[in-house]
Amino acid sequence: MNVLDFVSAFFSDSAHWQGYDGIPTRLSEHLGYTLEALAFAAVIGLPVGLVTGHYGRGGNALSLIATAGRALPTFGLLVLMTMLIGFGMLPVMIPLVVLAVPPILVTTYEAMRSVDPSPVDAARGMGMAETRILLQVEVPVALPLILGGLRSAAIQIVSTATIAAYVSLGGLGRYIIDGLYQRDYEKVVGGASLTAGMALATLAVFWAITKVTVSPGVRRSA
Amino acid sequence: MSGFFDIPSDLQHSWWGLIGLHLREALLPVLAGLLLALPLGQLCVRVRWLYAPVLWVTTVLYAIPSLAFFVVLIDYTGQTELTVMIPLTVYSLVVLVPAIVDAVRSVPQETLAAATAMGFGPVRRYLQVQLPIAVPAIIAGLRVATVSSISLVSVGTLIGNQGALGNLLHDATIYNRPELAWNAVITMAVLAMLADAVLVLVRVLLTPWMPSGAGRRTTPRTAGTRPVPAEPALKDAAR
Repeated sequence: MNVLDFVSAFFSDSAHWQGYDGIPTRLSEHLGYTLEALAFAAVIGLPVGLVTGHYGRGGNALSLIATAGRALPTFGLLVLMTMLIGFGMLPVMIPLVVLAVPPILVTTYEAMRSVDPSPVDAARGMGMAETRILLQVEVPVALPLILGGLRSAAIQIVSTATIAAYVSLGGLGRYIIDGLYQRDYEKVVGGASLTAGMALATLAVFWAITKVTVSPGVRRSA
Repeated sequence: MSGFFDIPSDLQHSWWGLIGLHLREALLPVLAGLLLALPLGQLCVRVRWLYAPVLWVTTVLYAIPSLAFFVVLIDYTGQTELTVMIPLTVYSLVVLVPAIVDAVRSVPQETLAAATAMGFGPVRRYLQVQLPIAVPAIIAGLRVATVSSISLVSVGTLIGNQGALGNLLHDATIYNRPELAWNAVITMAVLAMLADAVLVLVRVLLTPWMPSGAGRRTTPRTAGTRPVPAEPALKDAAR
């Protein structure tokens, strides 16, 4: 049997499609973790990146913070937080947010810095206030890159949220961890392919968001 | 009696031993990834249509969670270090190939023409012109790959204590000794930052023509393409 046989066996078993351990339940749990972590990370990373990028200051401090954030091992942080806080959502959210903030922060900053200065100068010359320049000139131009940062953060959260199962939460990681301990190879492969599929779906969603939100004038060829 | 550095004997290593093991499990895959990525990147530069499918394959591979990758590999390579190192090699490859391709492609046409006019053959032009100019972007990719690799090794503890410092996390839970988890997290973070600093130093030494301290600022000529070399920085695989 090869991996593909396991995948088809996993998906054709009707027991995997219902109940609390069914694919719909696990998928929606996973989606919930992902959206929550991404929202927290965006709330932290986007404003800081936008403001520092607008003023062009603090780039070194930002890259230091980003390096420190990346250096923190996600899995280690999960175990540590679970030991300190106990079981629950918070010990899972902390590592996921720490994981997702650096790419959002750094890309947003870089995106703002890469905006052509001449339209910004023109806007300033027209008497636009700094907030309006930021929101109506710089953000629309930087949007493709900013979305790119959010996209890679989202993909990382999707694949990392599997470790939530290690501390007894749900999500698609449940299949991988349970499969590992039950020596159920089919389950592991099924969980892995669902996670990979969800990551690819995330790519597609961000592609669609980019299509809809980026103004045709600034649309760049990818 | 249960101090910060008192490593449980079931790990069969001292703290320094675990660090050595961890670095080996984390850095060998990055090295292997680099050795594979250089020819693959060059191939993608040469054969333009190859780049899109390669990018797709690497994106799909990257989307596979590390834990699942480990568990699936157990069937082939057993509960060994190799099972941890193969996925890490793949993740490094995924980060490095676009970094190398974009960097080599961003070498200005005039520079290449000048090298050709000076009588450089394709191999010599690649080794002495394109590769050195691509060094900053390659190092940027290496930094991301190294840092995430050091973090990811710890997940190996789930597949039968193959996680080096990550095994401390497992022991921390079974012996209820949070200080071991602190030790693991802090040691891994410090290792990652040291490795990052070493790579920055290597870049400074390899690119003496770049203004030091300017970091990622490049010359105005490449200002338009700056977001592209920055792209690999987004892809850290800390899972």
